[in-house]
Amino acid sequence: MTYSKIATPAVVVGLVLLLELSCRLGWIAPTVLVPPSVALVSLIEILVSGQFNSAIAVTVSNVVVATVLAVIGGFLLGVVIHANDFLRRGVEPFLASYYAVPTFIFYPVFIVLLGVGNASIIAIAVLLSIVAMITATLNGLDRVPAVLGKTSRVLKLSPIQAAFLVKLPAAAPYLFTGARLSVAYAFIGVIASEFLLSGNGLGYAIAYAYNMFENRTMYGLMLLIILLVTVTNMALSAVDRRLQARIRR
Amino acid sequence: MLTKPKAAPGTEASPHPVAVRLTEVTRVFGDPRSPKRVHALGPVSLELRAGEFFSVVGPSGCGKSTLLDILAGLNPPSAGTAEFDGQPIRGVPDHVGVVFQEDASFAWLTVEANIAFGLKRQGLPADEIRRRVDYALAFMGLKDFRHAYPVQLSGGMRQRVCIARTLVLQPRLILLDEPFGALDQQTRLIMGDELLRMWRETHATVLLITHSLDEAAMLSDRVGVMSARPGKFIGTFETGWPKDRDSRIVTHPHFGELTARLWEKLRVETMKHMQGEARGEA
Repeated sequence: MTYSKIATPAVVVGLVLLLELSCRLGWIAPTVLVPPSVALVSLIEILVSGQFNSAIAVTVSNVVVATVLAVIGGFLLGVVIHANDFLRRGVEPFLASYYAVPTFIFYPVFIVLLGVGNASIIAIAVLLSIVAMITATLNGLDRVPAVLGKTSRVLKLSPIQAAFLVKLPAAAPYLFTGARLSVAYAFIGVIASEFLLSGNGLGYAIAYAYNMFENRTMYGLMLLIILLVTVTNMALSAVDRRLQARIRR
Repeated sequence: MLTKPKAAPGTEASPHPVAVRLTEVTRVFGDPRSPKRVHALGPVSLELRAGEFFSVVGPSGCGKSTLLDILAGLNPPSAGTAEFDGQPIRGVPDHVGVVFQEDASFAWLTVEANIAFGLKRQGLPADEIRRRVDYALAFMGLKDFRHAYPVQLSGGMRQRVCIARTLVLQPRLILLDEPFGALDQQTRLIMGDELLRMWRETHATVLLITHSLDEAAMLSDRVGVMSARPGKFIGTFETGWPKDRDSRIVTHPHFGELTARLWEKLRVETMKHMQGEARGEA
């Protein structure tokens, strides 16, 4: 138990130390990579000075909006597709191969439709993350055991009661897994889009620092994003584990 | 020891001497004119006396579960009439409880909330719900697991939760579809004892569908043997056990004789079913 608990931190610490050492000993040129300790100091400076606060706020709010839209939209679409067998047979091959298409190729389309700005960024992020939620919803509804449907009828639940009191909670662990994936895809979608089509946000700030040869700032911002994603993911994983524990039999 | 509350939340006996009456019931799945239709059941006629413990045994796929679905109002008969307490069955009747073979406990609710689920839907007052749930928890030996989630329980315990959830609704007819099918032999015997205790306490009519001849012979007042598909009753046996029986009767000489007689009836049918399966009919 403790053995497996220390394994991941040990690997992380080991890699960071190796990187630090490589930079300090000049194996890696400072123009390529700054030592992790310098990136950390840079990150602290960024946070203390507050110069990137608006960029952070823009990126986080875009991720939140994209996630909410993808989760709600993906769930509703999933329910509709699940209820209609013909539709499902039609779209299932597309859902299965969806992530083979690099969604970002459509960025010119969104610029034409929505202009350069948050709307386009959110649209790409939603496009990227919604299918994970649709797939998870279909999977979750498929896995509700048939006996629970019979039980709902024997307990005389109306179809709406059966959906909300039995089906939805039974599918909840799978739905949450979909929501968690949606968050990850929304992060990717938002930050990558900011590189391409924005004058604001953390993605833009990293691209700007790169163009200005500000390596310290660039790595500080990268570290910020890595920490942001890691903390979000760990929090969601903790909830996920609790939900999954109820269905593991 | 179980301490019984003054007013035991048992059920009053059925108002009718005949709890269930099936008259020439058949069930055909699929378009009746299509050659692909499946004649699953019947014609079957059956009367269950109020308060009787009746078991149905038969080969796999003989329509036992279809019979139960018809009585539960989950599935209408294609022809014939099905009545409960003198009323034709249309939709799920009041006062009918069903326990399925599969685990139907709600994984997201505690044991207590599982048992209270149906009562809350009926809008009973909170203290009445609490009284009935407490009683069921004690009766089914789940008191220490009140706040546990189903995942923390064994298969047998989860099935007890499902039985308790049905029991608190005080059904007059309890339908059990191979409720112990997924459990090991020892647990089945113990669960059988609990079922008998529950039956005596509630005065409910019980219809048990089972694969196990031992279970049928030990638990029932009467056992109906069904033929291979389309299922029909090819014999019913009075067991003649006293009402206060328990699993110890499996050592009684009459028990062996009873199971032998059931098997004699069933053996031919099981072979028919297996031959049908080999021809690809099943």
